[in-house]
Amino acid sequence: MLAVENLEVVYEDVILVLKGVSLQVPEGSIVALLGPNGAGKTTVIRAMTGLLDVHRGRISKGRVTLDGRELGGLPAPKIVEAGVGQVMEGRRIFREFTVEENLKAGGHTASRADISEGLERAYAMFPVLAERRKQTAGYLSGGEQQMLAIGRALMARPRYLLLDEPSLGVAPKIVQQLRDLIVQIKESGTSVLLVEQNASMALSIATHGYVLETGRVVMDKPAEQLREDDDIREFYLGLRGEERGSLRDVKQYRRRKRWLS
Amino acid sequence: MTDLIESLVRGLGLGGLYAVLGVSFVIVYRATGVINFATPALMILGAFFTGSFGNAIGLPFWLSVLLGMAVMAVIGMIIERVALRPMVGRPAFSAATVTVGVFIILLIVAGRLIGSELLTVNDPFGLNTVDVLGARLFTIDIARLVIALVAIGIVGLFLARSRTGLAMRATAFDQETSLAQGINVGRMFGLSWGIAAAMAALAGALLTAGSSGVETTVALVALKALPVIILGGLDSIKGSVIAGLIIGVAESLTRTYQPIYAPWLGANFDVIVPYLIMIIVLMVRPYGLFGTKEVVRV
Repeated sequence: MLAVENLEVVYEDVILVLKGVSLQVPEGSIVALLGPNGAGKTTVIRAMTGLLDVHRGRISKGRVTLDGRELGGLPAPKIVEAGVGQVMEGRRIFREFTVEENLKAGGHTASRADISEGLERAYAMFPVLAERRKQTAGYLSGGEQQMLAIGRALMARPRYLLLDEPSLGVAPKIVQQLRDLIVQIKESGTSVLLVEQNASMALSIATHGYVLETGRVVMDKPAEQLREDDDIREFYLGLRGEERGSLRDVKQYRRRKRWLS
Repeated sequence: MTDLIESLVRGLGLGGLYAVLGVSFVIVYRATGVINFATPALMILGAFFTGSFGNAIGLPFWLSVLLGMAVMAVIGMIIERVALRPMVGRPAFSAATVTVGVFIILLIVAGRLIGSELLTVNDPFGLNTVDVLGARLFTIDIARLVIALVAIGIVGLFLARSRTGLAMRATAFDQETSLAQGINVGRMFGLSWGIAAAMAALAGALLTAGSSGVETTVALVALKALPVIILGGLDSIKGSVIAGLIIGVAESLTRTYQPIYAPWLGANFDVIVPYLIMIIVLMVRPYGLFGTKEVVRV
């Protein structure tokens, strides 16, 4: 199990971004982490993968553990070796490299045999990439780049995969594909932490969900309960009652909700 | 005609030397975004170590060159770890300034080590010549070109094909993403300095070979690599090779023909030719002949 306990993170020694976040990703599950812009979702991922110091942040309290072993404060490459992979927000592929070089870079920690096996797996999973293996990655479409980024992260055969907004800037049809893909990844034995703003997509496949607002977890429930929750329906799924609500009816002051759960 | 051939070959030899220096700059620039002004000092130190292995210990030239490169690679990695690593995340300008400091320190160290005597490496070329088509060619010029191309070819293959080479290129492109792939970015920085210092040492050995001895101040020749990397593009190894050869030949041809056809330009005009080319390139094509413009989808 990959877990975060009472995590506090500060940037530049003054900006407290996470104020005691706890969450758990059990083995064999998809866990959704929802929340608006600036809630600290990406910071949670950075803290879990050792990328905080690149952004002048640090964990000031709390722990990140993998099966009880402390990960917090380890350098990023060590965390990848421990079996926690990630797909960063905005895909971040190596645009000047070919598709195949991108995948190989993802397998940096893997052995030579694992790399060729991983390439075969990636091409079987994403036939589009197989067709374009020698092309410059920067010229792929947004959806293809997202698939490349996911394929690259899977090259290291992570036990846990952290996905930061995979649906961002991707056509709705591709979002459906990505959804099925994430389920497929879970089925093949990699547990997933899915950070999303597209709540309906995330909750449709997640087993458990967390809602993060201004650095605090304000809700923590199994996904089906979240799907039925009135506040989640209104604020995250855009539904009121049985009808699909109109944005005209959304009142800004109602958004300033105090979460009591 | 023989003048032309002799001049071209001398230029190509010189160009090979410049190309090696250019690659040394390019490797560090690509990995860390810093222009390494310490290169001239690394070059002269490399020549010193090569000379020591050759003269004092009496090893054959080839072996002493390889050992000199190895020693400089280690020194390069130490310099990176001690002086440059703390500058990671700071503006490239600050780090470049640190390399200027490193240059001065190393140059003084080299001056002390070499002393007032002329530095020689125990090379088999000397002033030997071969006759080709009636032209008398210095073997050192041919050797410079061949050795330079082989060495650069090896570095290029390493970067293009090997796993570590891929990781180095990835680091050059995006450090944070490379970290997320499990690449030890700091180690890649160290490695790039090691390779750069080894290439500088090779350049030093090639520069000193075939001469009757050089002084410490000859290190400044390495600054001719600046026009080379500007012409070739700061991040292109292929560009360094072609630009190195172009500039070497341009300089050599000027040395041969300028006193005949344009004596009013004065003596030693060839020395400034590389810099003239640099200024023209900067005006016309600031990213160089082979420098990458960013890959963007439109």
